[in-house]
Amino acid sequence: MNEFEYWTNDAEETAFTMDRRRFLKTTGSGIFLFFRIRDFSFFTQEGPGRPNLKGGPSDFNAYLKIGEDGRVSCYTGKIEMGQGIVTSLAQMLADELDVNIDDVDMVMGDTDLCPFDRGTFGSLSTRAFGPSLRTAGAEARRVLMEMASEKLNIPVNDLATGGGVVFDKSNAKTRIAYAALAKGKKIERTLTDPVVVKKPSEFKLMSKPLTRRDAHEKVTGKAKYAGDIQLPGMLYAKILRPPAHGAKLIDADTREAANVEGARVIRDGDFVAVLHKYPDVAQSALAKIKSKFDIPAPAVDDRSIYDHLLKAAPAGKVVASGGDLSAGEKSSASVHEETYYNAYVAHAPVEPHTAVVKIEGKKATVWASTQAPFGAREEVAKELGFRTEDVRVITPFVGGGFGGKTAHGQVVEAARLARMSGSPVQVAWTRAEEFFYDTFRPAAVVKIRSGITGKGGISFWDYGVYFAGERGSEQFYEIPNHRTTAYNAGWVGGEGSHPFATGAWRAPGNNTNTFARESQIDIMAAKAGADPVEFRLRHLSDAKMKRVLQTAAEKFGWKPAKSPSGRGLGVALGIDAGTYVAAIAGVEVNRKTGEVRVKRVLAVQDMGLVINPEGAALQMEGCITMGLGYALREGLHFQGGEITDLNFGTYEIPRFSWLPKIETHIVDDENSPPQGGGEPAIVTMGAVIANAIYDAVGARVFELPMLPERVKGALHKG
Amino acid sequence: MVETLRFTLNGKPAVVTVDSDRLLLWVLRTDLGLTGTKYGCGESFCGACTVIVNGEAVRSCQTAVKEVKAKDVVTIEGLAGDGPLHPVQKAFVENDALQCGYCTPGMIMNAYALLRKNPRPSEADILEGMEDGLCRCGAHNRIVRAIQAAAKEMHGGL
Ligand code: FES
Ligand code: FES
Repeated sequence: MNEFEYWTNDAEETAFTMDRRRFLKTTGSGIFLFFRIRDFSFFTQEGPGRPNLKGGPSDFNAYLKIGEDGRVSCYTGKIEMGQGIVTSLAQMLADELDVNIDDVDMVMGDTDLCPFDRGTFGSLSTRAFGPSLRTAGAEARRVLMEMASEKLNIPVNDLATGGGVVFDKSNAKTRIAYAALAKGKKIERTLTDPVVVKKPSEFKLMSKPLTRRDAHEKVTGKAKYAGDIQLPGMLYAKILRPPAHGAKLIDADTREAANVEGARVIRDGDFVAVLHKYPDVAQSALAKIKSKFDIPAPAVDDRSIYDHLLKAAPAGKVVASGGDLSAGEKSSASVHEETYYNAYVAHAPVEPHTAVVKIEGKKATVWASTQAPFGAREEVAKELGFRTEDVRVITPFVGGGFGGKTAHGQVVEAARLARMSGSPVQVAWTRAEEFFYDTFRPAAVVKIRSGITGKGGISFWDYGVYFAGERGSEQFYEIPNHRTTAYNAGWVGGEGSHPFATGAWRAPGNNTNTFARESQIDIMAAKAGADPVEFRLRHLSDAKMKRVLQTAAEKFGWKPAKSPSGRGLGVALGIDAGTYVAAIAGVEVNRKTGEVRVKRVLAVQDMGLVINPEGAALQMEGCITMGLGYALREGLHFQGGEITDLNFGTYEIPRFSWLPKIETHIVDDENSPPQGGGEPAIVTMGAVIANAIYDAVGARVFELPMLPERVKGALHKG
Repeated sequence: MVETLRFTLNGKPAVVTVDSDRLLLWVLRTDLGLTGTKYGCGESFCGACTVIVNGEAVRSCQTAVKEVKAKDVVTIEGLAGDGPLHPVQKAFVENDALQCGYCTPGMIMNAYALLRKNPRPSEADILEGMEDGLCRCGAHNRIVRAIQAAAKEMHGGL
């Protein structure tokens, strides 16, 4: 079943009608415009948590309201987790509707107020939502102008709008405010026909930098995250955890914990928790439980995992091919066969998974740190045996997600404990729990066999990806004979593959694929004795890709040279979420220690129309900084089902001292639709650094993260 | 041991009667309802829980509440109080030095303490002073820029 079929499922029609009535009831009078976030065609089977969610409306999944106070509210199930849509979406809406941005409220991630939404991920918010929201804004403006035309008795063509007011073009004093038009009305419209939106030359807000609208709350400590929700009588729960995935509880002596003043021990089979009105007291009481677990002998660890995965891999599926591989091979002057590896990587948002659940009668209210509030609603309803519509999930600010908060076991735990205890309950995972229950970016392997002709052209390309997923494995170089095979396409893995849960991690699949592809391209450029930029350009026909690469080379001040040149410069290209990226990095390698210092990273992006250039730059910088982690340090340590990384002491993420000089540049492409911005720039980080290391010292690292000992190992081999 | 402790909190006298070994982070967040101070790791790796005690940046997840007895504690809520934003906060806003905002209170408190000690920090001083604060969203270079801007605006004084 593809996404589109899901959305048009007839059975959900009733749910939709009820929803609309309910929305209209709860949100007072005004002008309502219902619209649908279109184009889910780019969803694949790989989307996180393919849910069977109820309550998905068939013809709208967002709406806006112009209230009688003149305020414009946009209701959407999307959430704000740092990606800045609370700003960029408001910016689009205000611009199309001709109101001040301060008069726009974004109501997000509340399942009672907002229509169904599948979740916030995949850089979809601006790409899929943006165009729909703009159209809705434009349509609402048209409706307002028609109403004003009637009221003022002036033809629509003689009217203009600005600052939330419709006025007579020839006499601006004749005017009527949106608020006055909306007064006492209940007008419903559903967006159906295509609507003309503003041209870039007409933008007042879009494409202009704007600082974050949520910044004030966030710098004063007023911004509320799930853990900041405190309810009367609420108890904090700490749950007994197994030492390893797959471990079975044999015995738990909870007497001492129960003796802690004010503590309540709750037990249901293997599920043991301590509740207290202070979280720290609950935690220390939990520590008093004497437990015994049966731990299965570890079958794999972080070293043997790749062999294990290659053995566990199912048959491959060819996802793209062209030409004739064997003819290509015959025409090759040399053939290169390489294997690339990358480790499990944690999402590690600074805010761990947190939820608060309050149950009153047959209704539950949930505050959750989640990227998928409607998915959370469904799970809570199931856990409690409630009707879906009797569960309300409210999403406060989310302290980082990166894909990891599309899973939300903490919500179900809190619901279960709220039911069992009869009190509102907060479950906030500790850092160790966060590392244990994360849905990691999967460990993955890529095997590439490729050849080069005597003239320095790529003759064939045989690419196999194991466990990373297909995203980013698409071939964008001109190679006459090629094949791309995916062995286990998804990042969720399958039975018998990963020793713990895996899932979507910022630009899922693509980090692994781009690392492998761009490393291999560099190997071939070196073989051909060509400059890596020139070699790539020679194999590109896509104008967008060429342009980002040329722009990057120019902005960086790239001087052609064959690698290794000793300069420590690398280049890498990628496409993610419709956005084209070229990155160039400069590194220094300490030959004695193998330590890599990234000095400078420049990234150029073509992301179509840019709504908020400042926000886009911020996301790019975030991607580059975060990408240093998986490139250089981040790899989960584990022994079978036991995760031995319990905190940031052993699992290192990027920090201030790592900071390279970062330059970002977005090429002008305002007539193309907006593309994703939250993920693309991260995909090039593995290869751009690997290629720069090679350029510095002539040693090629095939495994992420590129730890000092791996760099040293490569130096010895090289 | 349950004790009655008095200290100054965001410029006002505060009294708590608590087990004095409990950690300041949780007493602030739960007993006193000041949720601006965040938990990120609980083991002094991340800095999300940073508050100011007698002018020094302190990790409240590592500080027993008894240690602040009779001392002066400032949390993110007290930096500006009801007044205009502190220059460090303002600089974070103006330089877009945050994304999800979860590390932000700790970053700001740490930057504030840094500037108290070293009102004219070099870039290297800032990197070193902020080194132990973690931000997963990668707002680092903006944070550095914000601290530089704040230092400038404060003309070397707080
Ligand atoms: S929570 Fe205190 S340093 Fe991380
Ligand atoms: S802004 Fe999200 S962790 Fe720093």
